[in-house]
Amino acid sequence: MTTAVGQSVSRKDGIGKATGATKYADDLHFPGMLFGRTIRSTIPCGRVKSIRMDFDTSGFTIVDYRDIPHRNVVALIDEDQPYLVETEVRHMAEAIVLLAHEDREKLLGANVVIEYEEAEPVFDPERSPHSFKDITIEKGDVEDALASAEIVVEGTYRTGHQEHVYIETNGVIAVPEHGGIALYGSLQCPFYAYKALRSVLGNDHPLRVIQTETGGGFGGKEEYPSMIAGHAALLAVKSGRPVKIIYDRVEDMVATTKRHPSIVRHRTGLTREGRLVAMDVDVILDGGAYSTLSAVVLSRGCIHAAGPYRCDNVKIFGRAMFTNTPPNGAFRGFGAPQTEFAMEVHMERIAEQLGMDSLTLREMNALRPGDMTATSQVLKQDASALECLQEAVRRTDYRRKREELKGTNRGIGLALFYHGAGFTGAGEQRLASKARLDLTATGARIMVASTEIGQGTRTMHAQIVSDALGVPYETIEVAQPDTSVVADSGPTVASRTCMVVGKILERCALEMKERLEGMTPAQYHAKHGAFSIVKEHIQPEWMRWDDDNYQGDAYATYAWGCDVAEVEIDRDTYEVRPVKVTAVQEFGRPIHPALAMGQIEGGTVQGLGYALLEHVVMKNGAMANPTLTNYTIPTTLDTPELDIVMLENHYDGGPFGAKGLGELPMDGPAPAVVNAIRHLGLDLRDIPAIPETLIACASL
Amino acid sequence: MKTALSTLEMRRATSVAEALEILRDEPRMPIAGATDVYVGLNFGTLPELRYLDIWALDELRTITVNEDVLVLGALATYTMMVASALVQERLPMMIEAARQVGGPQIQNRGTIGGNIANGSPAGDSLPVLAACDAVVVLQSAGAERRVKFTEFYTGYRKTVMRRDELVVAVEVPRVSGRQWFRKVGTRAAQAISKVVVAGVRGEGARIAVGSIAPTVIRLTATERALATGSLDEAMVALRGEVNPIDDIRSTADYRKRVTENLVRRFWTETA
Repeated sequence: MTTAVGQSVSRKDGIGKATGATKYADDLHFPGMLFGRTIRSTIPCGRVKSIRMDFDTSGFTIVDYRDIPHRNVVALIDEDQPYLVETEVRHMAEAIVLLAHEDREKLLGANVVIEYEEAEPVFDPERSPHSFKDITIEKGDVEDALASAEIVVEGTYRTGHQEHVYIETNGVIAVPEHGGIALYGSLQCPFYAYKALRSVLGNDHPLRVIQTETGGGFGGKEEYPSMIAGHAALLAVKSGRPVKIIYDRVEDMVATTKRHPSIVRHRTGLTREGRLVAMDVDVILDGGAYSTLSAVVLSRGCIHAAGPYRCDNVKIFGRAMFTNTPPNGAFRGFGAPQTEFAMEVHMERIAEQLGMDSLTLREMNALRPGDMTATSQVLKQDASALECLQEAVRRTDYRRKREELKGTNRGIGLALFYHGAGFTGAGEQRLASKARLDLTATGARIMVASTEIGQGTRTMHAQIVSDALGVPYETIEVAQPDTSVVADSGPTVASRTCMVVGKILERCALEMKERLEGMTPAQYHAKHGAFSIVKEHIQPEWMRWDDDNYQGDAYATYAWGCDVAEVEIDRDTYEVRPVKVTAVQEFGRPIHPALAMGQIEGGTVQGLGYALLEHVVMKNGAMANPTLTNYTIPTTLDTPELDIVMLENHYDGGPFGAKGLGELPMDGPAPAVVNAIRHLGLDLRDIPAIPETLIACASL
Repeated sequence: MKTALSTLEMRRATSVAEALEILRDEPRMPIAGATDVYVGLNFGTLPELRYLDIWALDELRTITVNEDVLVLGALATYTMMVASALVQERLPMMIEAARQVGGPQIQNRGTIGGNIANGSPAGDSLPVLAACDAVVVLQSAGAERRVKFTEFYTGYRKTVMRRDELVVAVEVPRVSGRQWFRKVGTRAAQAISKVVVAGVRGEGARIAVGSIAPTVIRLTATERALATGSLDEAMVALRGEVNPIDDIRSTADYRKRVTENLVRRFWTETA
């Protein structure tokens, strides 16, 4: 029986945040603390010729690449990105010099003059001479199947950058401690920052990373904090004093990562009845100037590129291209929103060309239990594409509305989608995450590196442990992640924190319960004292993955969704207003229904912004509208009525049947909105669907 | 990057007379609600370092009618205008405009005088003032002059104001005819205009448009064509006098076509 799981219990972090007592990075102060500032490149491509400090440098700590004690490389996948430019500049806003001073005002007033020798930049990923990563997924014989297909439909679809706009900008404080560094920061992955700091500082001194309360991440605090952490640490090492670096919104938008823009081409063969027989998909991502996480974003994007459909002959070829722009990186959905957008808009166009209803087309081809995905993974009973589609259609009276709205200023469209939970392929096995549970005098304390970034990690983990251990939710504490004390449960990314880490914690709790032999934690503690249980992730034994050929079980399981968007257009101004969005999503089961609902609502609105409003204007390789005034995310008035439906289909490998949820809601809104716009008679294939694009589209 | 606050300097005036004396002696940028100043501060694009705070000058925080002329004191906020029965009765299109400025917080702080003096071509109240033949009242130490609103701007954020002058009020003569307003912003709230149109349809037409030129403009050729000819002829005239540009918020093509569509809609809806 569960008493916490499935209930919307009070959040562990609720009171502190609601009352304002919670301290974020910029609220923290350490004695003798300096403030840091980053001097950045103002050209997209070239070499540094000279650097001159055009200010009174007394009281300043100044750091350039020559001050780096160990390696000038941000440790991630391919180690190609420097902490500080040596001579070669590859993008705008690349860090060159670091300054620190105790007076923020003096720091802002300091003028550093840098002379450059400029070179010709590359901004178009299709013209880039260099790919960071190529991926090919192949099943059956696509060329053969295309040649014999009764109908072939082609199309190209594009998506733009997207900025995370977490409410708290990137910020860290590096504090000298025991001859080493303690790094406090707003971040998602404490052990990523730890590894990166080891690379820049070396292994000779103590080091720990402490996550401060974090005001949102959305992937934007997955890899970037490693950069800013290194900068603060370098200034702290040189000055011997604590150094705080907090980006303002403009710097955060100009310098940090964004969602990869994409160009996806489809060539699809079908029978006249609408059965998919061949899918040839070409995916191009704009990686920016360094590889960062582009290879794995591309991987997830490619795996999801054929959509939730069955087809025997599939070829997906993907490339992440170099351009002279700030590196793009992790963002909720991680490549899948781009490729699923293309697939779902393409499905609508296929239906038009076949002269059939797109619902029937989707129903006919949707993946069912026992079907094979593009990577030849055989789906188990928890594949819910049809259930989501049918519920969304029933609930919105889709067929009738679709007829009724024809020829009006309202349109309705839908998108069917799925999202793999956890790291791809053998990723979780390689990661081998650990979780620890400590018995306390009153209950138990969760000791993991998984971060609370607003999504409810602490609460949800405590609910799982509470029920598995059979003790009240209130007696479960959750430690603030500090790499010197918590177990490395891996990064807080990839919709894995509930399904993967939650499962390890459940196992810890069950073993602890056995050890207690019927006693309460308090009784046991009084008698025998504290103890800890540490467990490691166990990969499901049936999972097989061939990383060379991208074949096999790409994910332990998938979450499924169907979004229906109803929109209204003003035909004089081409403004499109979402009127209502219905989101039907299956993710195993909600551990905390209110938080799960919040994830779906938030992700859906973020997806609506991606679809309709959020336009990163790039000029000479830099974001030209880096303010909340000109980069417009949806306000409450831009948010339509949302009807959220949470379907259950338990996954045995997750805690209490739960799968991953965080990213799923991001995949559906953009294609659903664009398909609704198509219903209005506009052949749109790109997002953001800003009025300027629509008016151009209408005059074609 | 943010402007260092220590580089800024500000004085506060407690009366209009004192403010005018200060401006006579030294050039300073008057600020009231400071809503646009903060954007420049955070973005490091402030045009001035020396300021004169006039927020406390309650004598300018008035809305009155004087000899059939609506007088909006320079410090009348958008919120005050929305709540004013006088504005509601005489200039309903100003209420439409005021309700769509930023959000409630901005409407509480932003003033009509600030919108005029700031001179952004995207100022939401400016097409209203241009369409209703308003007059700007400028004072300097010991002097006062009146400038037609349509002659107030000389270029992008440039006006006929001297450095020693202060906008103290704007006068709006009685408007006869139907008023019409439409703002096209970047989203439903907290939005900057991409095209903003104010129109009055009386015996003829008066149409002003913001965000499509370096200053708010009156579509005089279009107005003439509407007074004497057909809507289609007016559209030909409009295409000849509207030449917007591309910027980070929109495109020239969009602005031109939407201006045309909205003027058409104005004429149809006020028929």
